[in-house]
Amino acid sequence: MPWRLLKYGLKKTHDEPRFFPAAKPLKSGYDVVIIGGGGHGMACAYYLAKEHGITNVAVLEQGYIGGGNTGRNTTIVRSNYLTPEGVRFYDTSLKLFEDLSDDFDLNIFYSTRGHFTLAHTDSALRTMRWRAEVNKRHGIDSEVVDREFIAREVPYMDLDCAGHSAVQGALYHAPGAVARHDAVAWGYARGAYNRGVEIHQKTRVTEIRTQGDQVVGVQTDRGFISCNRVISMVAGSTPRITEMVGLRTPIEIFPLQACVSEPVKPFMDTIVVSGSLHVYVSQSSRGEMVMGASVDPSVLHSTRSSFDFVEGLTDKMLDLFPFMSRMKVMRQWAGMSDITPDFAPIMGKTPIKGFYLDGGWGTWGFKATPVSGKTMAWTIAHDKTHELIEPFRLSRFADFDLVGEKGAASVGH
Amino acid sequence: MKLFDCPVIGKRPISEFDYCGEVRRPPLDADETAWADFVFNRNGAPQVLREWWYHRPTGRWYIMERDTLKDEVQRFIDPQEVRYDIPA
Ligand SMILES: Cc1cc2nc3c(=O)[nH]c(=O)nc-3n(C[C@H](O)[C@H](O)[C@H](O)COP(=O)(O)OP(=O)(O)OC[C@H]3O[C@@H](n4cnc5c(N)ncnc54)[C@H](O)[C@@H]3O)c2cc1C
Repeated sequence: MPWRLLKYGLKKTHDEPRFFPAAKPLKSGYDVVIIGGGGHGMACAYYLAKEHGITNVAVLEQGYIGGGNTGRNTTIVRSNYLTPEGVRFYDTSLKLFEDLSDDFDLNIFYSTRGHFTLAHTDSALRTMRWRAEVNKRHGIDSEVVDREFIAREVPYMDLDCAGHSAVQGALYHAPGAVARHDAVAWGYARGAYNRGVEIHQKTRVTEIRTQGDQVVGVQTDRGFISCNRVISMVAGSTPRITEMVGLRTPIEIFPLQACVSEPVKPFMDTIVVSGSLHVYVSQSSRGEMVMGASVDPSVLHSTRSSFDFVEGLTDKMLDLFPFMSRMKVMRQWAGMSDITPDFAPIMGKTPIKGFYLDGGWGTWGFKATPVSGKTMAWTIAHDKTHELIEPFRLSRFADFDLVGEKGAASVGH
Repeated sequence: MKLFDCPVIGKRPISEFDYCGEVRRPPLDADETAWADFVFNRNGAPQVLREWWYHRPTGRWYIMERDTLKDEVQRFIDPQEVRYDIPA
């Protein structure tokens, strides 16, 4: 590494190979078109090529790779969900995450931190116990811990919460981790590209064409592409895409905001979430405090930031970490969360032949990037919804068969 | 701070209002499929939506037409406009 630094430092030109060279012209058709070049789209392309040998694939991204929610999220990876179907699914993802750096030959800075979900009330503690039992039943490292344990692990936190909603205990999930979001998208993109997948940035899908109930192609701002298999992996833009094929879904878009403080010396190596205060925080490898809250209160298709968010967040954060009052907020931003009523995703086949859906990722979909890519690739290759994502099928809303993940996903992303 | 210019109570901070979703009409007399569609599905794409807003300090409900792409309130709606009879 130092040699490389010296070599490039002394050179006038920087000829490091690009991750994915500038795109060629669009072909007139592909076997599979993936709409959306976020983590999910890139992962799906990667597994299609790597595990199913399907390489005549185009990923179409209206902006740049990872510029959507993938590059805006606070990167918490965990599997201590509430429902058995959720736990199984997210734990498969967490295990894939642990091997991704090797898989990509690229450091994704996967950092296991330990994840606390604080309970400030008796009823919250009851939900934690419920979650811990479901988790243990599925072999997940998850337990309810008391105040002494929390005080030892997060020494700078005021467990009395300024005296008005004292922490009673917490759900502790040792495998909880953070990772570098961009590296995840880039790693998948490079892996897909090297196996023959075409990645087209600045290419927007404007229409999906069908004949009868079969998809026959997509119209883009760079021309028409014929194609029998199209998958939508566009998170916050999902309703715009499903509208193109006349599919109704429960997804509503709410902005989700986050911010970081100026960098300080490392003092917190855990992830702390408070469901009651609606805030969460971790310290990045650069020393910034990465902070977030729940979604904005009303539907909005925009990535604008608001002062209301920082005001509300810091008010609560200072109850937990009073000394942070001397720290400055350095940056804030927002993404568009595609929220479902049961806080579980919508994945798999749809009533339209050749149209596959991967959406409803809300505030929790970064951790699902590997498993979504893998199971959706399988679903496309076999034209059959993968067993792991069967509970997340769109038709659950017609069969009154919801997943009920709210207790574990509404605040703790 | 974002303000709503309400024709009844004047300019108020938006943080005083609770968002209560799109104004919708239940299918009343319908089969299970239509009910499921009403209960779960939403008009999720950007558009002008008629929405319920509850003003906490005064305890009043309002209906506004809002562009969900630009976040602009276009019109306050008289509740009479959206009322419907529940079949006896
Ligand atoms: C502030 C914030 C914090 C979060 N924190 C966490 C967290 O801690 N842990 C966690 O697991 N999840 C978290 N999430 C959620 C997570 O970020 C998302 O669920 C996940 O990144 C979705 O990935 P994706 O690849 O499906 O979508 P995106 O990364 O949003 O990619 C979709 C892409 O589709 C493109 N697109 C849209 N329409 C079109 C079109 N018509 N044509 C072509 N391209 C199009 C977009 O430009 C975009 O790049 C957070 C989200 C936000 C906003």
